[in-house]
Order: sequence, then C-alpha cells, then structure tokens
Amino acid sequence: MAVLGRICLLLALVICVYGIGASLYGARTGRVEFSDSGRRAVYALAIVLTAAFAVLELAFLRNDFAFNTVADTSSRTTPTFYRAAAVWSSQEGSLLLWAWLLSLWSSLALFLVRKRMRDVAAYATAILLGFGAFFITLMIFYATPFATSSPAPAEGVGLDPLLRFPTMMIHPPMLYSGYTLCTIPLAFAMGALIARRVDADWIRATRRFAFAAWLFLGVGILLGARWSYAELGWGGYWAWDAVENASLMPWLTATAFLHSLMIQEKRGMLKVWNVSLVLATGTLAIMGTFLVRSGVLNSIHAFGGATLGVPFVLLIGVLIAGSIYLVVSRREMLRSEHRLDSLLSRESIFLANNVVLVALCFVIFWGTYFPLISEALTGTEASVGPPWFDRYTVPLALALVLLSGIGPVIAWRRATVANARRNFLAPLLSALVTLVVLVWAGVSQKPFALAMFCCAAFVLGAVGQEFVRGALARRAIAGEAPPVALLALVRRNRRRYGGYIVHIGIAVLFVGVAASSSFQHAVEQRLTPGSSAHVGAYTLRYVRPTATVAPSNDAAHTGSTLSLGAVVDVSKHGHHVATLRPSQGFYDSGEPAQGTVGHLIGGQAVSHISMSGSLTRDVWTAIAPDISAPALARIVTVGNRTLPADEAVVALGFLARTYLKNPPPAQFHFIVSPMVMWIWLGGLIVFGGGLIAIWPAPSAVRRRVALRSRARSARGLARA
Amino acid sequence: MILACVLLAVVLLVISAPLRAAAAGDARDQDHQSPERAELEAAREAKYREIRDAELDLRTGKLSRADYESIDGALRAEALEILDRLQALSAADGPEADED
Repeated sequence: MAVLGRICLLLALVICVYGIGASLYGARTGRVEFSDSGRRAVYALAIVLTAAFAVLELAFLRNDFAFNTVADTSSRTTPTFYRAAAVWSSQEGSLLLWAWLLSLWSSLALFLVRKRMRDVAAYATAILLGFGAFFITLMIFYATPFATSSPAPAEGVGLDPLLRFPTMMIHPPMLYSGYTLCTIPLAFAMGALIARRVDADWIRATRRFAFAAWLFLGVGILLGARWSYAELGWGGYWAWDAVENASLMPWLTATAFLHSLMIQEKRGMLKVWNVSLVLATGTLAIMGTFLVRSGVLNSIHAFGGATLGVPFVLLIGVLIAGSIYLVVSRREMLRSEHRLDSLLSRESIFLANNVVLVALCFVIFWGTYFPLISEALTGTEASVGPPWFDRYTVPLALALVLLSGIGPVIAWRRATVANARRNFLAPLLSALVTLVVLVWAGVSQKPFALAMFCCAAFVLGAVGQEFVRGALARRAIAGEAPPVALLALVRRNRRRYGGYIVHIGIAVLFVGVAASSSFQHAVEQRLTPGSSAHVGAYTLRYVRPTATVAPSNDAAHTGSTLSLGAVVDVSKHGHHVATLRPSQGFYDSGEPAQGTVGHLIGGQAVSHISMSGSLTRDVWTAIAPDISAPALARIVTVGNRTLPADEAVVALGFLARTYLKNPPPAQFHFIVSPMVMWIWLGGLIVFGGGLIAIWPAPSAVRRRVALRSRARSARGLARA
Repeated sequence: MILACVLLAVVLLVISAPLRAAAAGDARDQDHQSPERAELEAAREAKYREIRDAELDLRTGKLSRADYESIDGALRAEALEILDRLQALSAADGPEADED
C-alpha cells in the first residue's frame, strides 16, 4: 500500500506540473482546450490525492506500523476514533491533508467558474497547482507520509494524549480548510491582476470563497480555543500563542476584505486596498501553515519539525514579492472610480473598521514574530507575553465592537445629522442603561470590561433597532404578521441581515471574553479527601478519590492505562451546585527503559478537566494526583523488579487500589469564570449569521428581483 | 500496481478530454460567457443590490426622503446605462445572448 501512496504523490506532482503548463499555455495563446485541460488537472489532482489520503487513513485504521508515520503517532491502544484523526497529527499527514483539501476546494472553485472568467481562471489554476506542487514536493523530498520500515515495529508510540479530544477530529480539517480556501481568492486576485481584469466579475467570483475561508477559519479558531479550555488543563481559551495568532491574522484581514469589497462593489473604490487584503490574507494563511509546520517558533500547538523552514520562507518570499510587483505594475487599472460622498456614511465606517482590523493584525503580527525579529537584530530571542498583546488589542477590540454597532445605523453614501441623531438614540440609550446598571452593581472597578459591556449593549441596541424597523417596514408593505415579516426581511436581504447577526455574535463573544477575563477567580491548592477550597462565592470539597485501570475503562475514552481523579462537591452558600469528577490520565510511554510497570504510566500525563457550565458562570476543575507519592512509587519499583511485561498490568490494579485506600494529597486547580459560555454562544451566532449571509439566493427569487428592479429603473427613467 | 494503473488511466481520461474534443472538432466555447458580458452582469447585480439597499435605508429611517430621491435617481440612471450596454452587447451577439 505504501508503494501506491508513493506513486500517487509522484503522479500528483506530474499532474501539477502538466496543469501549470497547460493553463499558462492556454491563457497565453487563447487555446481554450488547454485551459480546460489545466482546470481538469486540478480535478485529477483531487482524485489522486483522495487515493493517497485513503491509503494513509487505511494504514492508521489497520495499525500498519510498517508506515513510519503510523508507528510514530498511533498505537493499538489508541481508540479507533482517535486513530482516524491521528493522520493529521503528524507532520507528513498534515501536509497531505493540506494538499488534499487544497485540491478539493480548488476543484469546487474552478468548477463553479468554469463558464466565466476563463482568462483569469487559467492563471488562478496555475497558481493553485503551484501551491499543490509545493506541498507535494515537500512530501516527496522532505516529509513523506509513505516512508516505511522493515521489519515493522510490533507497536506504535501512540497519539499524543493532548490530541485525544473530540474537537481534535474536526479542528485541524476546519483550520486547514480555512487556510486552503484563503489561497483561492489569492489565486484569483493574482490571476485577475495578470490578466488585467480587476472588475466586478472578479469580486463576484472571489467573494463567496473569501466568505467560506472566513467561516472555516473562524470555526477552526473557535474549536482550537475550546480545546485549549477543556483539554490543556490551564483553564484558558486564548494564550496569544504563536499558532493561535497565526490563524487569527488571516481571519482579521479576511474580515476587513469582506467589508471593504462591498465598497468596491457599490462604488468602484478601494481596488488597491481590496487586492492587497486578499493577497495578504492568502500569504498570512501560508505563514500560518509555516508556523505550525516549520517548528520555527515555540508553541503548544506546533507539531512540526524544523526541516521545512527554508522551503516555506522561499514560498512566502515569492508570494510577497509577486504580490507587490503585481499591485505596483497594475496600479493604473486599480484607480478608484469614485470618492467618498460624506464622512458620515457607511463607507467611512467600513474604512475605519478596516483600519482597526489591519491595526489588530499588525499588532498580533509584531508580537508573534517578535522572537524572530529580535533574534535577527540582536542575536538573542526575546518574546512578548499576553500583557503586551492585551495592552494594544483591548482598546482596538473596543473600537471594533463599537464600529460594528455604528455601521448598521448609518446609510450608504451619505447620512444627515438629523437622521444620525434619530438612529443613534436607541443604541445610546441601551449603552447608557447598561452603564448605569453595571456601575450600580459595582462593576466600575474594571473599566475595560465596563466599556466592553456598554459597547456590546450599543451594538445590540443598534442591530435590534435595525431588525425591528426593517420588519415594520416589510409589514407595512406586505401586511405580513411580525414573525413572517422578520423572516421575509432576512430571506430577501441575506447579506445585510446575516451580517447584522454576525455583529450580534461578535458583541456576545466579546462580552464573554471581557467578563471571563476580568472577573475570574482561580485557586490552586493541595487537598486531602474531606478538605475544601473557597473560590469566589463557591466552596469546592474533595469528597473522595477515583481510579480506573486499562484503556477500556477510561471514562474519557482516550486510551489511558491508568486514570486517577477525584469526586468534588461544589456548593454555594451551603447549597449543592454540582458534582465534578476531574481526573488525570497516564499513558504508556513505550520506553522499555522505564521498566515493565513504569513504562505503562511513564508517558505524558494529561488532565481531563471537569466543569459545570451555565450561561452565568463556569466552575472548572483540574487535578494533578501525586503519583510519585512514596506508597505508589514503591509499587512501581517493586513491579519493575518482579513482574514480567505480560503481567505488569497487575501492578496498575494494585496501584489504583492503594490510591483509593490511602490517597496522597492532590493538587487541584479551581476556576470560577463568569459567562465563558457566551464566547461559544457568540461564536455560534457569528457562524449562523455567516451561513445566512453566504447562502445563495434562489435563482428564481434573484430573477424576480432583477426584473422588478429593471422595471423600477425604467419607470425612473420615464419620470426623468 | 493494478490500482496505480487504474488511477493513471482515470487521470489521463480526465485531463485529456478537452484536448480530444478539440482534436475531434467539437465546438466547446459556445456556453462560455464573454468577459465584457460577465463584467456587466456583475455590475448590474451590484447596482440592483445598491438600489434595494437605498430603499431599505429609506424605510429604516437612515436616509431622508430628499437624499433617497437623489441617490435613487443616480443609481437608476447608472443601472439603465449598464442595461443599455448589455442590450447593445446582446444585439451584437445575437438573440440567444440575453439570459434574463
């Protein structure tokens, strides 16, 4: 099977080279059959890479340890569910996933534009196949997923226990889908610049894929945050980690692009800016992959080795140089067709929103790459921490949320002061009431949180007013019942009202971030059974220890050999609130040197947190049992000395019983965070709104609207 | 090895289809939109959306009646200009070209 995989990679590289040649030849000579053949090369690439991916997936599912990557990242004790996902936990497998997703999304994009933009699409095809060729070359020469060893090892090392979490099944494919989708607008932008066709059609073709990239990237980022919160055992969802930042940067520039492209669509303005944003988004997506896969910066999310740095730097260099050359050489055709009518217009607010988003991206870029910059300039690697990021990003986030409330209540082209006064009344009142209530409730000691709550209230007031007024207007025209009028309003104006829902989600999300980061109570304490800790208004009592042995009994289904934990009773003012069961899983290290018993629990210990969540607060617990306590360490030492490998598991049962009978003090981490659930809820609202905005209008509806507008235009002309 | 050969055959079939069709003299370009028409249609869609947005801005109180009438008049004139150009293109291309 490995041979088939290697043949697939070679064939994929040949297809890429052929497709690039055919597309460029077709574009240069106008011979359509070659452009079409190039486009079909992308379909063929998708077929071949699907076969290659299936070969690797099968090897993981069949425990074929002859494959080096399977032996390094999977094992028989890894549950099947996680074995399937282990493919992309390795360097080689994730490169294959990247190339495979790129081929699938590129095929879809090129299929959808097969009857349009033939000249642009031919160049875009060559660029997309160029990306494909890059990743396939890496897999053939640097990190092949189909390298084998003979004889095959009897057992694999196993999947990193940190990755044994349900979200990890979908987090990387979502993030990589976002990254690969970011390259499609980039390819079309470059194609449009090369073909000198930066018109409305280019925007139309690119918009949907930019939106899809934004959506997938956002879902991936949120799933990563959820994984960090629920799995990593530190109780946070965002640490300004290099890899987290790398995924956020293209999302920010894509958000800016999705706003500013509307100005180009309507007014023919900001062409240079839009093209630059698309190119920056695609380049940042490649840089994100580079950070995960090159090992150039330290990150808990970086699973790559240090071998891929140079090829990635070369690719990024070519992308940046090519982008600058194309934009500069085509600057004449990118001139704006109009100027801003008024500073009091939605265009102006969108421009301000773009400035804030790009400033955020720049701050994050600087902080993320500061270790590399400082090393290059001074020879020593220095890094900046979360306080540095917070200092700059918090005010920018406040401005962003505020602008997301101002935009919806201001008209396109120009608004009058009288109208603005009338439209701002309800949102300002909403913010003012929130301010008074919160100050009265004693929240004033956290000014940034207070400001964020008021800004969010402003957004909710503004968007709520928009929905109410829109539905009332619709009702007045069509005579529909209020809920029907509201639904019809959203259905007929999906982009506008889908976007407004996204703004609501962003406000809700930032309320969760502000509340949970400003009003969190955290305690780390060693407890023995029966003793308690006080966290905020809550009392957490260590009731009794728990212990399970063998992967089949592992409550978290992660394949741990031994799991030690606790039952924790949570109460507030004497009333029972919840019963929590945090545990820590111990895994087989596969290192015989640790002894027959020692290696069974010598792998990485992973915390399985337990949490009671609600809309108002999360009570979060993690435990670190003291497995090196003398009574337990003695069992391991004696077991190592006396038990053969096939009987060593008996010692784990003994170890568990001893832990239950005579538990040593355990280290607990308790956190009470208000409103964390608002972050996930806000995320869901954002992506629900995104889906509404991206959903295509039925063609029949579009046609009716077009005909009606045409009739109105004709009437308007007649009046003139 | 058999699987690899099957894969190779599929790839060759997929990639070479347009070249084989061209060699056989099949006309393949009939369903393709001209760049100018595609651009005008995209501009027309954007203009229709802009007209609807202005109308919605009026109804939701974001535009005064006077501003709306001035903006709407300008947008309709721009829309008609695009429609005229599309019509001229359709006339030049023949009767089948106007899709709407």
